[in-house]
Amino acid sequence: VKSPSRFFINAKNLRFLSLLNLCFLYLPLAVAATPPDAPSVILIQNATIFTVSHGTIEHGSILIKDGKIAEVGQTINAPKDAKVIDGAGQFVIPGIIDCHSHIAAESINEGSVSVSSIVNMAEILNPEDIDIYRDLAGGVTSANILHGSANSIGGQTLVIKLRWGLPAAKLPFEGALPGIKFALGENPKRSNFSVPGQPRRYPSTRMGVEETIRGAFSEARDYKKAWEDYNKRFTAGEKSLIPPRRDLRLEPLVEVLEGKRYVHSHCYREDEILMLLRVAKEFGFKVRTFQHVLEGYKVADELAAAGVGASTFSDWWAYKVEAYDAIPYNAALMTRRGVVVSINSDDAEEATHLNQEAAKSMKFGGLSHDEALKMVTINPAMQLGIEKRVGTIDVGKDADLAIYNRDPLSAYAVVQKTMIDGRVYFDRQRDIAERSELEKEKKTLIDKFKKAAEKKSEDKKPDATVPIGQKPAEKIPEVKKPEEKKPEEKPKPPQSSGTDSSAAAVRPGGVL
Amino acid sequence: MRSKFIHRFALAVCFTALLAVFCAAPLLHSQGGEPQYFAIRGAKVFPVSGPPIENAIIVIARGLITAIGKDIAIPPEAWVVDGKGLTVYPGLVDSFTDVGIPVAPTASGEGGPRRSQEGARGPEDRPASTPWRSAADEVSLSDKRIETWRSGGFTTVVSAPKGGIFPGQAAVLDLAGERAGDLVVKSPVAIPVVFQTSGGFGGGFPSSIMGVLAYVHQVWLDMDWSIKAQATYEKNLRSSARPRYDRTEAALAEALEDHALVLIPANNSIQIRRAIELVDRWSVKGAIYGGQMAYEVAPEIAAKKLSVLVNLKWPEAEKDADPEDKPSLRMLRFRDRAPSSPAALAKAGVRFAFYSGGITAPKDALKAAKKSIDAGLAPDAALRALTLSAAEIFGVADRLGSLESGKIANLVVTDGDLFEEKTKIKMVFVDGHKFEVHEPEKPKDPPKGDISGKWKLSYTTPDGPEDSTADFAMDKDGTISGTVTSKRGTASVITGYLSVDKFSFTINILLEGSPADVTFSGTFDGTSLKGSISVQGFSLDFTGVKPTNNSTAAATVLRGAP
Repeated sequence: VKSPSRFFINAKNLRFLSLLNLCFLYLPLAVAATPPDAPSVILIQNATIFTVSHGTIEHGSILIKDGKIAEVGQTINAPKDAKVIDGAGQFVIPGIIDCHSHIAAESINEGSVSVSSIVNMAEILNPEDIDIYRDLAGGVTSANILHGSANSIGGQTLVIKLRWGLPAAKLPFEGALPGIKFALGENPKRSNFSVPGQPRRYPSTRMGVEETIRGAFSEARDYKKAWEDYNKRFTAGEKSLIPPRRDLRLEPLVEVLEGKRYVHSHCYREDEILMLLRVAKEFGFKVRTFQHVLEGYKVADELAAAGVGASTFSDWWAYKVEAYDAIPYNAALMTRRGVVVSINSDDAEEATHLNQEAAKSMKFGGLSHDEALKMVTINPAMQLGIEKRVGTIDVGKDADLAIYNRDPLSAYAVVQKTMIDGRVYFDRQRDIAERSELEKEKKTLIDKFKKAAEKKSEDKKPDATVPIGQKPAEKIPEVKKPEEKKPEEKPKPPQSSGTDSSAAAVRPGGVL
Repeated sequence: MRSKFIHRFALAVCFTALLAVFCAAPLLHSQGGEPQYFAIRGAKVFPVSGPPIENAIIVIARGLITAIGKDIAIPPEAWVVDGKGLTVYPGLVDSFTDVGIPVAPTASGEGGPRRSQEGARGPEDRPASTPWRSAADEVSLSDKRIETWRSGGFTTVVSAPKGGIFPGQAAVLDLAGERAGDLVVKSPVAIPVVFQTSGGFGGGFPSSIMGVLAYVHQVWLDMDWSIKAQATYEKNLRSSARPRYDRTEAALAEALEDHALVLIPANNSIQIRRAIELVDRWSVKGAIYGGQMAYEVAPEIAAKKLSVLVNLKWPEAEKDADPEDKPSLRMLRFRDRAPSSPAALAKAGVRFAFYSGGITAPKDALKAAKKSIDAGLAPDAALRALTLSAAEIFGVADRLGSLESGKIANLVVTDGDLFEEKTKIKMVFVDGHKFEVHEPEKPKDPPKGDISGKWKLSYTTPDGPEDSTADFAMDKDGTISGTVTSKRGTASVITGYLSVDKFSFTINILLEGSPADVTFSGTFDGTSLKGSISVQGFSLDFTGVKPTNNSTAAATVLRGAP
């Protein structure tokens, strides 16, 4: 049984806020080694290839040139300069795309205001978040980095590729349309997050959430008009005009009105889902995806008619009042009614086994193998508008691939390699090989500091030699990222021989 | 002849000093008496702007360096300092601190936020912003750190008010003067930005780092808009509504017009890379402060031609850290390599200066700078980062930062290499005023008894008997700290000890704009003090007793205290 706490995006809110309170200059905690350069020509041979778009190829080959898939087929002769990856007994799928992620960010919620469209996740990406690497180890290659759900209208969002080891500027998915997070229901009305003694923030009902969104879009519409009027008069030759003041809060909403920014809306209940569809229709914008959308199965026809994507959980329910009507058949039922459905993680740990989350829809609702796979590959790609670049194994697409040792929909499947743009960002063998070296380096440094500290304390004795009025050097308190409380002991991954037996050391990135 | 003259002169100075301690000090200030002409002869000199000169002469006149070199005539009016065995450096600069600005007044004001009492609802409420505060306006001589840093060789600081996202405007201050205004060298020189959040639920906007960034973006846009809107309005008064006045916008616009640098916090690689982008986005003249992970990104900083203020408070493990809390390898590497950042910056050709970053003792700041030398930074580059580079970054290299004729006479005189731990600072010149630095005396043996608590000190000046009160605290090793209060004010004990039954403590008072040490020494029999007061050669007898509650004398003295 999963603890409800993990579902509350706003538990993250609390966590991050307290983290930021401690120190806004917090230091990165993970080691991101620059990934090895990719050979320009790579041939994966003799693997089972789940193309997702055109069936399964047994003992097939994928030729990668300059980061793109150049050829997919049964037998491809290795070009002279190709690096060959032997895929015997292995399974290749398109890299997994997580449509709802909160990794790789220094903050998640600007929870102070009900409309926080002024903030942008793109500005606070943390390329050193170890969760990037752990997600890679789960076959994830792209993720939709969302603002939290504390606000009716949250911050601006973006899609990233998990290019571990590269600076923040290299993470954004090139050409992907930016998004904005909306949230409906309990979270934005702060049902579960009041602080004693603090005044409650507006809104505190679903009616208020609707009014907040309508209010913001009314402002945005006026703002848009003010600029259009100004531009018209300016072009007409009126030079002595004072232009409208630029408003960074309203600009993203104008982009939504203009179809230049996707709306990803957190929601649970059917009534609020229909509410947002009505508001969107009134203001003339489209909702791109409903996130979580646990009662989506009740309004699947309306979702399909509106052309809205649904990104849901596999089998989480009843962790709060608005999740009581959630059922694990949601993804399958919506799929059957013609909705493009994806399964998302909303959680760094969950993201490491999205393949299994997708597989659950085969049990709950009887989806086919390919339909299940689609829910973590091409479907989220379509929802994020990146389906021309990723999501299937087809010629011309980015070589974003995950290679497993078993069928990825099996609970025993373990990722062997994860590739983005033809570059191997996670390699299980490399990870295992590097562990002892990293442990050694760590130990050396710890010993070095220990020695220095001992020497210092010896120098300090006797105390009388400390110059008068001179205080001992104060230490900078380092801010530690609080360890996420896991609701339950997770089964430990199989341990490879010869490495440290602690779970941390075996976990990808555990040494770091 | 000369020495006799000096002796007599010194005697006169000492006498006035003594009078000033206990008598009408302010009256004597106007009569002058402090020498204004100095010559340091025979010292090794590091001008920083040029190669070191052995056996050099530096002439100081009325606050400026008037000559420096090997064969320089010493003007007859100069007070000659024998510099044999001594080394002279330009006065050191702490590039970012709040020394000299004691207390932060609360943020409020006309044209400021609409609701300063409650949490801000958005950028329009101007959260945590007081950019109109000016270090130059808030300097106070009562800040004891002025003397601490000056005695440690720091003649100059770049000080800024503290608190909030836009705390206020920084000024270059020299650390000596009779009035607060004497300290100000240039203002404003910088607008520090602090990525400070409101503290979460109920604290108002912005509660996240992304909120802070968005706020700052909006403020710069608003400022630009205001400037343009006001200009348009002035030209066409009758065609549009009046743009509103906003104190934040006005203060920032004015400071930027004065070429103030915008200081952006950035310590690790992520933050530094972000800061590089922010400078472009904000289109301001910016510099980075922090810079401790520059060893990873120095070339990128160089490509942007940004200056860096390097925080000398190197990252260390938390004292008494939870042993279960294992630092990550990333963190360990950072602790290990942070002091190599200055060397990396130097190699990449980045202009950088050092700042204390919370280090409270100047000696520790120099020790920290030495660490960067040990990690590969050339010693002359380290010296430059503490002097001329800082002056260049803040636009005052035309007046200080190096030893050149015409520059402000800010000098540090040591008995050896500045970065050697055993080196002692012998004297410091600030704006041509000479300050002797006394090494604090150390108790040789453990104390007998406890001298802490309140004391009444009695002595007789040429004008008659007088009392003052002392309030001491004593460490286990006999180190004495505390204050001495006479009728004219309170002075802190700068050094003091009790060794067996012998005590000594020194206070420092400002005399003619120049501090004079007053040392009380003698024996402590467990209940009373007996000994002499000395001021630069003069001495008086004094006694000290613990005031009793019903002592009318003590009550009188206490009433007389400020």
